[in-house]
Amino acid sequence: MTNLALIATLLMIMALAYHMGLTRSRAVAAEHDVRMHSRPGYYGALVALWCGLPALALFLLWSFLAPQLIEMLVTHQLPADMVAGMSDRELVTFLRRVTALANERSVSGGGTSEELAAAAHMARLQTFENLSLVALMAVFAVTGLVVARRNISPQWRARNQVERVITIALAASSGVAIFTTVGIVLSMLGETLKFFTFISPAEFFLGTTWNPRFSTSGTDAQGEFGLLPLLWGTMMVSAIALLVAIPVGLMTAIYMAEYAPPWLRNVAKPIIEILAGIPTIVYGFFALIVIGPFLSNVGDLIGINIRTTSALTAGLVMGIMIIPFVSSLSDDIITQVPKSLRDGALGLGATKSETIRQVVLPAALPGIVGAFLLAASRAIGETMIVVLAAGNNPVLHANPFEAVSTITVTIVNQLTGDMDFASPQSLVAFALGLTLFVITLGLNVIALIVVRKYRQQYE
Amino acid sequence: MNTSAHPNIPSSMVSVGGGESRKSKATGNVKMSAKDVKVFYGNTQAINGIDIDIYENEVLAFIGPSGCGKSTFLRCLNRMNDTIDICRVEGKIVLDDQDIYAPDRDVVLLRAQVGIVFQKPNPFPKSIYENIAYGPRLHGLAKRKAELDDVVESSLRRAGLWEEVKDRLDQPGTGLSGGQQQRLCIARTIAVSPDIILMDEPCSALDPIATGKVEQLIDELSESYTIVMVTHNMQQAARVADRTAFFHMGDLVEVDSTDTIFTNPQNQRTHDYITGRFG
Ligand SMILES: Nc1ncnc2c1ncn2[C@@H]1O[C@H](COP(=O)(O)OP(=O)(O)OP(=O)(O)O)[C@@H](O)[C@H]1O
Ligand SMILES: [Mg+2]
Repeated sequence: MTNLALIATLLMIMALAYHMGLTRSRAVAAEHDVRMHSRPGYYGALVALWCGLPALALFLLWSFLAPQLIEMLVTHQLPADMVAGMSDRELVTFLRRVTALANERSVSGGGTSEELAAAAHMARLQTFENLSLVALMAVFAVTGLVVARRNISPQWRARNQVERVITIALAASSGVAIFTTVGIVLSMLGETLKFFTFISPAEFFLGTTWNPRFSTSGTDAQGEFGLLPLLWGTMMVSAIALLVAIPVGLMTAIYMAEYAPPWLRNVAKPIIEILAGIPTIVYGFFALIVIGPFLSNVGDLIGINIRTTSALTAGLVMGIMIIPFVSSLSDDIITQVPKSLRDGALGLGATKSETIRQVVLPAALPGIVGAFLLAASRAIGETMIVVLAAGNNPVLHANPFEAVSTITVTIVNQLTGDMDFASPQSLVAFALGLTLFVITLGLNVIALIVVRKYRQQYE
Repeated sequence: MNTSAHPNIPSSMVSVGGGESRKSKATGNVKMSAKDVKVFYGNTQAINGIDIDIYENEVLAFIGPSGCGKSTFLRCLNRMNDTIDICRVEGKIVLDDQDIYAPDRDVVLLRAQVGIVFQKPNPFPKSIYENIAYGPRLHGLAKRKAELDDVVESSLRRAGLWEEVKDRLDQPGTGLSGGQQQRLCIARTIAVSPDIILMDEPCSALDPIATGKVEQLIDELSESYTIVMVTHNMQQAARVADRTAFFHMGDLVEVDSTDTIFTNPQNQRTHDYITGRFG
């Protein structure tokens, strides 16, 4: 029985259990002529849960443990001298081939006689395992069903228990998200610490030269891993992006929230938000083939040397990309400022623009700053545009018309190509990633605090 | 001020009682006058042609069931309805013999002359001082800081709030109690020295004590300002208003001295309303 069929059957049994619980609770109520604690649906749901959850838990545990157990048994049964003659990695490969054969998938070379024998053994074990799983699940489901159905009584607080199960299920789901995040951060941290065994943190965080060399060019060629040129490049590109996005975005927001007639607002807002939906690789492409050469030509005209790929090119295009972030967040925040405040100012004789400048914007300011910070963290983490348009030149300089490199670009560079994952040249990507993560996390946290403060003002 | 309460409203008629009732100003100069004013929200008509005169230094109360158009009409008087896109006003409203809806009329100056206080206190999220100073700054009423300080102090004094806030003028106006906030909003309106103050249910968000203070304030302000207020509280109208106007379904049914409206209304609809038959 495949797992899918197993789960489908279980669900059907649960549906049956629901129905049985429902009818049973009605019967109990009629029999004793009393009011049940909860409505019939809750008893049905609870019986279904009693029937399904233990079986499901068994299934999960079993799917996790059984393959390992089977591999152990198969290994155990192999000739001892054969196992002793294999390295760990060889054994893993062997078992992988055996598993494939046992599941009737072909392997390269068709499989040796030992492999075929082991596979036959494994297939037998699997059949047995599968049958016992089905039997055990059936026992669990039926027991749960019977016990729960017998438990149905007017005093049984089915509603409260169903609520509790729902709460736990919701909490578990959010747990998945949280633990994944924590897991990612921890693994990054582990790799970063490994990197710091090669290069000291001081060298990394304070170094002004970025020249990692290649890991293949000999173990003694360590290279220089100074973060500052990359951080500087990131800051420069982001600053240019924000210089573009903040004024344009904010003014768009003010126009949309305060001046635009409803029909225009309904048409224009989605169009602006489409900007946010364009894949960043398309922006990068656009920067590389349109904006870069254009800026370079303009530079020639006025006698400035502007590189085709430069901080300016990447920053401008990234700025366009984050306009919708700034504008739609600010728009929401401006519209949230209560009408009564505007009326207050208008009632005193303020004009519309005075009201906006002197009352609405100051009231919305914290929220708008939050929007800026979110946009900034977005800019700092942006990758594709800078990969294509910033020029990859990890050197400390203050000229926006020159090429730069950013943290994100460098991560891409360090991880593409054939790399040895134990070398500092690859491990540095984790250190860079973690640095980036800390920066954007910091910005997000500040932004959230600011926005929350602002919310409280009107609640 | 007539403080005799009438707890049996609306089950019986209110008698405002005695000669100690409010001064009658119905014979004063006409300050503002509306002629056949109609208001539309989109295609629905909210006001069906209202004529009314408002006299200098009187307190005029608007009463009537919810949705009858009191706020709508009140907001016509300083063109606050301009801020609602779908709202259209017809007819003529004159202030000191000048049409306030004339094309060359400056709304900014009009609103400085006809101030408005809203139902829910709406202090700006600025300091108490800045709340009051906002209007005078806007209209350039004070040249120097000292002058502005004077305006702030005298406005707060007239609103009866000075003693309570004089030590914390730099704190946010939103941190005051509801009643204090409403008096702050009144002070803010006074600070631009209007001739007329419109108030839309100024006490409906306040407790009885704060209401008492605001009512007393209205009484004092009526010495120097013309006040038009909307209220749902008939005792309040009886306590503070010289004249009362009864609105019903977009019509101005009857306007007369408060005594007359509450003791001897001429119109059956007014009678039914104040005796609690509907609304
Ligand atoms: N902004 C608006 N858009 C559309 N219709 C409105 C608007 N404001 C008021 N109206 C309508 O105009 C009519 C009069 O409303 P108004 O607010 O003047 O009543 P009111 O007498 O002040 O009532 P209340 O005592 O409840 O404050 C109502 O039918 C209302 O639905
Ligand atoms: Mg109203």
